Amino acid sequence: MSYLTRRLSTFPLVMLGVSILVFVAIRMVPGDAITAMLGTEAGLLTPAQREALANYFGIDQPIAVQYWHWLLGVFRGDLGISVTYGKPVLGVILERFPLTLQLALMSMCVALLVGLPAGVFAATRNEKMSDLAVRIFAMIGQSTPNFVVGLLIIYALSAGFGILPTMGEFTPLLVDPLRNLGQMILPAVTLGFAFAASVTRISRSAMLDVLSDDYVRTARSKGVPKRSVIWRHALPNALIPVVTLSGVEFGYLLGGAVLVEQIYALPGLGRLVLDAILQRDYALVQGCVLFIAFNFMVVNLIVDLVYVALDPRIRLGEGG
Amino acid sequence: MGRHFSTRLISGLAFAATLGVSFVTSPASAATLRMAWSQDATGLDPHKQTAFSSIRLLELIYEPLVRLDKDLKIVPAIASSWEFSDGGKQLTFKLNPNAKFQDGKPVTPADVKASFERVLDEKTAAAARANFRSIASIETPDQTTVVFKLSQPDVPLLTAMASINAAIVPASEIAAGSVGTKALGSGPFKLEKWDPNSKEVLTANKDWAGGKVGVDGIDISVLPDETAILASLRTKQIDFALLNDPLVATLVPKETNLTLNRTPVLAYHVLQLNASRKPMNELVVRQAISCAIDRQDVLDTASVGEGKVTGPLTAPGYTTDASQLFCYKRDVEKAKKLMADAGYADGFSATVIAANGEPATAASEAQVIQSQLAEIGVKLDIKMMELNVYVDAWLKGDFDMAVALNGGRADPYSMYNRYWTKAGNLQKVANYIDDTLDSQMQKGREETDPAKRKAIFANFEKHLVEMSPWVWLYTSYSYTAQQKNVQGFVPTPEGSLFGLSKVTVQQ
Repeated sequence: MSYLTRRLSTFPLVMLGVSILVFVAIRMVPGDAITAMLGTEAGLLTPAQREALANYFGIDQPIAVQYWHWLLGVFRGDLGISVTYGKPVLGVILERFPLTLQLALMSMCVALLVGLPAGVFAATRNEKMSDLAVRIFAMIGQSTPNFVVGLLIIYALSAGFGILPTMGEFTPLLVDPLRNLGQMILPAVTLGFAFAASVTRISRSAMLDVLSDDYVRTARSKGVPKRSVIWRHALPNALIPVVTLSGVEFGYLLGGAVLVEQIYALPGLGRLVLDAILQRDYALVQGCVLFIAFNFMVVNLIVDLVYVALDPRIRLGEGG
Repeated sequence: MGRHFSTRLISGLAFAATLGVSFVTSPASAATLRMAWSQDATGLDPHKQTAFSSIRLLELIYEPLVRLDKDLKIVPAIASSWEFSDGGKQLTFKLNPNAKFQDGKPVTPADVKASFERVLDEKTAAAARANFRSIASIETPDQTTVVFKLSQPDVPLLTAMASINAAIVPASEIAAGSVGTKALGSGPFKLEKWDPNSKEVLTANKDWAGGKVGVDGIDISVLPDETAILASLRTKQIDFALLNDPLVATLVPKETNLTLNRTPVLAYHVLQLNASRKPMNELVVRQAISCAIDRQDVLDTASVGEGKVTGPLTAPGYTTDASQLFCYKRDVEKAKKLMADAGYADGFSATVIAANGEPATAASEAQVIQSQLAEIGVKLDIKMMELNVYVDAWLKGDFDMAVALNGGRADPYSMYNRYWTKAGNLQKVANYIDDTLDSQMQKGREETDPAKRKAIFANFEKHLVEMSPWVWLYTSYSYTAQQKNVQGFVPTPEGSLFGLSKVTVQQ
């Protein structure tokens, strides 16, 4: 419990650091909300017009003053107003988040359901042809960018079979689960593809380590069936690196999967951040990055807690 | 167990995929046009938005006083007639008495006056204000007449007024400060819903003074990836799409159920030289660069030949025979000699900036130019930038050379006065001006006779190309793709989608 409290107490500090970093970084990038809106036409503005726009976008004050105003707002639970959407930032983010969360969960399911059995299978057939096949497949999966996989899937389905999931209008899970799954399954497979390859590789090598441990040999010599040795005795101990990998990947996915969201036209967090950066919607960029950082910390914390559940020898917060 | 599990997984995926597929075939109501584009509007204020992607949406909702047709002729919109008087210093409009805003209220001269005053008010921060500076006062003598009094003869003003940046909005909305948050115009479509970067829903305006709208409405989806747009067209999920990437557009004719509309546009691809920097400050060096570039090769390689080599004038009615312009036939020997004359026989190094994806061909153009200039010893370092970063550097004139796609206008004066007049707002970007360019532009502004105007701008063009502050390359096409049962769309050289007001979808 004290470990949990200690970890939670670092959250505000990290968030503060992240907020300063993103606040300054996005303003240091050349170009501002005015050039984002007007492009080269911004050159036609008179100084008075420029001033009026800077005031409208709230960028006419020194950065420190802007930050202070923003921070005061955050303490009141107000992340600011998005100039693109004309709505409070938190509202815009929370509208997009369910999709991103669902996509992350679905692609993790794809990854674990494919990657874990494949990894275990390969480890038990170490150096045989089938192991080699799995390893080659994993290598291809890991080294193929997901936008290539996505585009290939779209092309193959539309040109080869004349079919494609509905794009453009996203249906939330709770509104129409079937329609939603129809839209989400291909993006999840696309994202899960490379993720599954990583899981395969890491579970294979972890499994190989564990399978050569004494207790596994002991279990075998006691006559425990092979299947039971693998799935009941060895696998739980091989899971720690898989959990670490999945946690990190899942944390990344919660930040949105820009390319896959672009290709399948899904209104997720990744596209939201990308568009916000391109349009220099400062409040929205800050809000999104903060939100993503928070999610990442929560996921990391959960991963640590899962370690304890998997391996009782690990005692969190007691100096190893 | 592993194998058993995989079988279940595969059948699960197959089931889920069938779910996805089962939704594909449900067609939307035939009278609603399902449309897609890759870049969404960035705002709803017609006076402030300058991005193509915003204008394409706003011109379906709002209307200016006049409009440009497919031949760039000025035709009625809210105004039914107009005339210049007082030696080009007065412009009088008669409004269409049937013109109504989408809330049913008539469009009055007071709305016109309030709209232009809003554009001219510096607090509005409308970039288009620069085109309307000659308006001294606006009078509304009766219920259908608006009179613009001008401080100087300004013939291009009428063409500038055909822009959606001069749209007429209700005076009451201006007073309430709600222009931009609420889209209330007099155009063919009403905006029912806008989810930025995702979706727009438009319904036909039954009261539109321009006649009956051909469809009940338009559902626009934002599909950021254009190959996904093509896939959606292929599977009949959408009826009509706007495409930017020539590489995607050229695949459309291969699909039997699709039609590609390909229209030359006014925007031009150009290599901008910064004549305030050494050695581009020397005329012969700029001319050497111009002579060393094979414009057709840039077009063929970077843009799969989709376009036409152009001089500075791109509007039909003003274009001249590009092959007659200075060094439009590549001449490497001449270029080398010019370089040697300037004392740069061994060449020099420079940086060229270009924006990522804007246009889609920017990086390829820079690469072709890099290899062509290498032949005369110019070592180009290509710097690709995010669009906004590029715009920032461009506006500051902070580059040696820049690959650019600059917007065109129907009138050469409106198109170039920002760059090639002494008081031009973008002189800092153009970085070159001389008396001939300035005086030709001023003559063009005042001249009302079309044939004389054409001759003035032809002289302007010839001189500009010889001075080579920039190297004009080519104009490209705007592309829309549609299903065979979509009929009646008329594209324009401005890339306008206003033609959607007369489109019908056959059952």
